[in-house]
Amino acid sequence: METLDPKRLRADFPVLGRSVHGKPLVFLDSAASAQKPAAVISAMSEFYESEYSNIHRGVHELSARATQAFENVRKKVGRFIGAGDSAEIVFTRGTTESINLVAQSFGRAEISAGDEILLTAMEHHSNLVPWQMLAKEKGARLRFIPMDESGSLKISGLEPLFSDRTRLVTVGHVSNALGNLQPVEAIIAEAKRRGVPVLVDGAQAVPHMPVDVRKLNCDFYAFSGHKLYGPSGIGVLYGRRELLEKMPPWQGGGDMIRSVTLEETSYNDPPWKFEAGTPAIAEVIGLGAALDYLDKIGMEAVHAYGREIMDYAQERLSAQPGLRTLAEASERIGAVSFLMDEAHPHDIATILDREGVAVRAGHHCAQPVMDGLGISGSTRASFSFYNTREDVDALIAGLDKVRELFGE
Amino acid sequence: MSELRDLYQEVILDHGRRPRNFRAIEDADLKAEGHNPLCGDKLTLYIKLDGDRVADLSFEGSGCAISTASASMLTGILVGKTETEAREILAAFVEMATAPVDSKSDEGRLGKLAVFAGVREFPMRVKCATLSWHTLESALDRSKEAARTE
Repeated sequence: METLDPKRLRADFPVLGRSVHGKPLVFLDSAASAQKPAAVISAMSEFYESEYSNIHRGVHELSARATQAFENVRKKVGRFIGAGDSAEIVFTRGTTESINLVAQSFGRAEISAGDEILLTAMEHHSNLVPWQMLAKEKGARLRFIPMDESGSLKISGLEPLFSDRTRLVTVGHVSNALGNLQPVEAIIAEAKRRGVPVLVDGAQAVPHMPVDVRKLNCDFYAFSGHKLYGPSGIGVLYGRRELLEKMPPWQGGGDMIRSVTLEETSYNDPPWKFEAGTPAIAEVIGLGAALDYLDKIGMEAVHAYGREIMDYAQERLSAQPGLRTLAEASERIGAVSFLMDEAHPHDIATILDREGVAVRAGHHCAQPVMDGLGISGSTRASFSFYNTREDVDALIAGLDKVRELFGE
Repeated sequence: MSELRDLYQEVILDHGRRPRNFRAIEDADLKAEGHNPLCGDKLTLYIKLDGDRVADLSFEGSGCAISTASASMLTGILVGKTETEAREILAAFVEMATAPVDSKSDEGRLGKLAVFAGVREFPMRVKCATLSWHTLESALDRSKEAARTE
């Protein structure tokens, strides 16, 4: 495996050369959205400048080429996550839409009154609210794998959380709030033993580690392009082909049909059955460029460097007086959440921002996680292969400023 | 650090660390809740009236230094004021906090509260400073809805 050179890679990201408040930008908020390499930006602008057309429609040259480029990215995505068949790759607007698609199509067809959906207490709102909406509509019941007081999932007592009414398990691969890599293999194994399908929310996992959906043995896998160095507005739902074929369409419109009369419609095959209307064509092209870029670096190398930079961040943070990191360091991937005695997360983030250091502060769209830990929010620093040890040092220097201002 | 010092003035840091009137009033005449859904800051404001005048004022909740200091100073400055006077100060405070950065607002009316003018340099933090004041407004309006900054 090649090791990667963050200093060389960061030169591929134009925005990382800028200053903020007169200080060089130190971007530690990639878990919210990653920055884009020049390769992605130019792939999209070149596509608009010389290749753009609508897809799946025209017989003309540009439409044929755009269609081919679009469908090639579908194949690339399939290879990237180890899907067996590119027909299992549905393009969506993002992780949130991918999960809503499963809730509204699979969920509405397969889940009825009294049925149960098993989640965890650590989900992002996007993997909680769609299920609350579905449960309310159907009279179904949500059950939760609990979180312990240290911020880890308690999977020792999984069995009693299942029943013969469990119709779906849905679990985040990596917690966006605390950064834990969750024990999805154990959860999937228990679900499979009972024949229950599993959705994995991979938004925070795919950017940091190699993912193979067939090895994972999940039925659905959702992620976003924008956290994966691609454009915003494009996401992916992987679904096992047998399930996608059985599932009813979700949104109706063009492209998802085979033939339409005034009375009725026969639907297209998956994945197009779930892609009504003109999709985010240039964004798909941009996502393809992002995957090419990541393939060149190698996800094994990305994963190894991620551990290295997180270890260094943990070492520096844990030496800070009055600072407490959340969740087990050994479980974390890509992000670390922390609390400081002296200051509230928003005050910390404001002071860091004036030092050019961008972090996230607040509940990270996971209020139940914060409630479970008895806190109102945390400061989260998240890392990419473009972050160097100097970025960690800048974070620590910023935290010294916080203490200087807030310490008594 | 100069803009940071403008935002985090000593008086704000002091009220943030040691908020005044941080308690419930059991027999409050007016009570309202405020919530900043973006950051999770929450507070409850209690007002005891004597006729038309504010006899006692207190708050509880959790928030950043800016929102805590703003609530703390609000409770200090409004005791003894009439409801009309309280509304005038409220309007002046919100106007000051949301005015364009380089505008000259009339901060004379606000007395000590003028220390919050620095928040204008930090657009993401204006809502922290105004949360308690929006909560005051819903208390004075006898509103059943929680005040929201969104």
